[in-house]
Amino acid sequence: MPILLLIIVLGVLAIAGFILGRRRALASVEGNTRRLHSLPNYYAWHGAIMAFLPAMAVLTLWLIAQPLIIERQLSDFFPAEQFENDSQRILLMADVRRVAEGLDVAVAAGALSDDDAANISADGTIRDRLATVGVALGADVTAQVLEASQAYRKLAATGAFWRSILALIIAVAGLFYALRITNGDFRARNRVEAVILGVLVLASTIAILTTVGIVLSMLSETIRFASMYPFKDFLFGLTWQPSFQGNSELGLLPLLWGTLYISLVAMIVAVPTGLFTAIYLAEYASPRVRSIVKPLIEVIAGIPTVVFGLFALVTVGPFLRDWFAVPTGLGSSGSSVMTAGLVIGVLNIPFISSLADDIINAVPQSLRDGSYGLGATKSETVRQVILPAALPGIVGAILLAASRAIGETMIVTMGAGAAAKLDLNPFEAMTTITVKIVSQLTGDTEFNSPETLVAFALGMTLFVITLGLNIFALWVVRKYREQYE
Amino acid sequence: MTDATSANVPASAPAPHKSSLLTQTALMKKRNAAESRFKAYGIAAITLSLSVLAIMLWTIFSDGVSAFKQATFSFPVTLDAEKLDPKGNRERDEMMRVTTIGYTNLLNQQLVAYLADRGISTEGVSDKDIAAFISRDTPARLRDMVLANPDILGQTIQFEGFATGRIDGYLKGRVTRDTAERDTNISVAQLDLADRMISEGILSASFNWSFLTAPDASDQRPEAAGLGVALIGSAYMMFLVVIMVLPLGVAASIYLEEFAPKNRWTDLIEVNISNLAAVPSIVYGILGLAIFINFAKFPQSSPLVGALVLTLMTLPTIIIATRAAIRAVPPSIRDAALGVGASKMQTVFHHVLPLAAPGILTGTILGLASALGETAPLLLIGMVAFVANYPAGPLDGGMLDPATALPVQVYSWASRSDPAFIERSAGAIIVLLAFLVVMNIVAILLRRKFERRW
Repeated sequence: MPILLLIIVLGVLAIAGFILGRRRALASVEGNTRRLHSLPNYYAWHGAIMAFLPAMAVLTLWLIAQPLIIERQLSDFFPAEQFENDSQRILLMADVRRVAEGLDVAVAAGALSDDDAANISADGTIRDRLATVGVALGADVTAQVLEASQAYRKLAATGAFWRSILALIIAVAGLFYALRITNGDFRARNRVEAVILGVLVLASTIAILTTVGIVLSMLSETIRFASMYPFKDFLFGLTWQPSFQGNSELGLLPLLWGTLYISLVAMIVAVPTGLFTAIYLAEYASPRVRSIVKPLIEVIAGIPTVVFGLFALVTVGPFLRDWFAVPTGLGSSGSSVMTAGLVIGVLNIPFISSLADDIINAVPQSLRDGSYGLGATKSETVRQVILPAALPGIVGAILLAASRAIGETMIVTMGAGAAAKLDLNPFEAMTTITVKIVSQLTGDTEFNSPETLVAFALGMTLFVITLGLNIFALWVVRKYREQYE
Repeated sequence: MTDATSANVPASAPAPHKSSLLTQTALMKKRNAAESRFKAYGIAAITLSLSVLAIMLWTIFSDGVSAFKQATFSFPVTLDAEKLDPKGNRERDEMMRVTTIGYTNLLNQQLVAYLADRGISTEGVSDKDIAAFISRDTPARLRDMVLANPDILGQTIQFEGFATGRIDGYLKGRVTRDTAERDTNISVAQLDLADRMISEGILSASFNWSFLTAPDASDQRPEAAGLGVALIGSAYMMFLVVIMVLPLGVAASIYLEEFAPKNRWTDLIEVNISNLAAVPSIVYGILGLAIFINFAKFPQSSPLVGALVLTLMTLPTIIIATRAAIRAVPPSIRDAALGVGASKMQTVFHHVLPLAAPGILTGTILGLASALGETAPLLLIGMVAFVANYPAGPLDGGMLDPATALPVQVYSWASRSDPAFIERSAGAIIVLLAFLVVMNIVAILLRRKFERRW
């Protein structure tokens, strides 16, 4: 039974549970709802939940476990000495799975009958026959792979059969259990609410699971990378020269330098502009001006970064090249540290200004009044009273903005260039960690060479840097925050 | 006593400082100058950011508007039955044997002949150069048309087809006689001919619906490239993101705001959420690649994987917005509900949640808007691939078919060499921004309409 159909059947059982649960509860008190412990609908929901949830849970577990178990069974087909390393085995298993699924698709599409599929021979025709139903196989199918994939299909079919039986039995059993315990004294509301609470708790753990997923996925691949390429050379290498024939030099430092240099340019643009914008809006602007300008500035933050990327590529890059780089003889490339840095800087202005604006507004009016009372001008008040009071928050905002600049991808991919260089010239094309993650991981890649796995190590580096900056920013804000009460 | 001392002041002492509030001292002048300088810095900062914004939007719009127009030929084509259906039996399979090359030759001959017919001078332009006017996409469209309806064979139809990117660019002002002199793909004589064809009404620029509906096209055919697949892909993803992120975000927020005990576990979740909101988006791409594609074996480039990644990415922002909305519901509402005997769960679902709904909705729309424009994580899960086929309908497993997304299409067009693709890329941005503007306006209107002061 296909999974979708199975789920629909479970849904129907749940609806039956809903109706029967309610009816049974009402029947047990002869229709007098005041004698029920809970409102009738809670009994209905209890029936539905008991019919649906346990079966669904078992189904999910089965779906996760089945491929793992089948692959273990299939390892008998392939002697261990056939493979030099683990990745070859994984690739072969992927082949087996693809052939098996291809045959199933062909049967479903009517291109092969069941018997044909089971007796198909391992000559060169499989690939063509599967291609006619839209299944593309990478290489010709060997007899060994075909045999394994037939076994795979058989196991999968048996698995699917027992899966449906088990899920249906559990669903029906749950339904009967719910109906059996339903009577006027049964506390259906408490149980339904406990289930809902469980769902809420599960939803809130997604955040933790995401972090765990990020860390684990990057860590495991980084460890695999470290087993293929000396990690010390990655961390301290001065050249970045991946070549897919081997002998790559994968040094982090040129990428890190490009990242930091571009971020520095961005911060030089964004910090003063953002701060002055925030100060003007918070201290000088009339409410009307503020109500117009503040949303306009925030429009910048709402524009997708790929738009800034195109702007860098088409407008800013050629402009800087023709008006600054070429006349001064500093470079001849449109994509450069300056291009990417300036555009990221503009992107970060609203980020800094709105954070700083909030922080400045949080400084109590009494401090301003005191300063004015002593005869200070507005700007003196801002510089000598408000900014020192708001400093921890502003430092936090700047650190958060720096972390965003470091993690920015599209603008640097389109505006900074692809050459990994350790150079001081800001009109030279340089590259960043994020650019290299994109270039190493896009396209059809197999995850078994250091050249692709390095992307995970780069991702890990990026994650550690930005996470560190964020935590440091929060710590600064908390530690040095002034309490005004 | 004081009088006496003041009388004893020696004459050599400096005269008492005479200042008036009406005249400025040097110091005061300096301080006031600093004051106005400071204010000017603020105005300059705002002007700078707003003018960069204006310049950016202006360049993109002026580059992109022309993508919605397309130079189109319109001339009578006689569909020669002998050439297009050599066996003459109108069998579809037999007619499939005639490739687009056959149709190309037919169109080329007919165009040359038609120009000669109308007496339009083709001086300096060889027949081959005239043929180069017709987009490589056009014969394929004619072929599809004939195969779909073999009865039109032998008739003369008024056929409309695209001109190539260079001619298209000439009509839009991107290609000029100066650039044509340096371009090996187009000559000045061809542009002159184009002028004559325009004045005869054979060549004209019309609104280009296929930019919104057609799938992407290869490097040589910028004029045929459209946003169809990208729009479908983005629509699928946004649909999936909404149905995943809204229940998850609301459930998590309700738990954290209403039920969670104050303990280490809750603290851990809170710290996690605020950190996840600041993780660079590309890291989510790596996560999606490692977990959903490499581990769970979901198909690459599929809207499903894209939606999962975008869901995880927007979840923290949506949780933060939703929690703020729930927190804004005053405790008196909860107390009243609890007081008349509602359970905690009933209080939350029957009273708090409906009152917080407008705020939750506003936050969700804004989160979706940022997800719609997100590009970097989608590059890693393969959505940057060239996809020329529409994904299947949502019920036929279209969520698993390869597709692209609007912002990714912007990027992939921008990275192609032909400048005609830059125009398309800017055009795609206009479409993207139009969606974002609509979403933001809806969010603002919702906030205005339902905003409540307790």
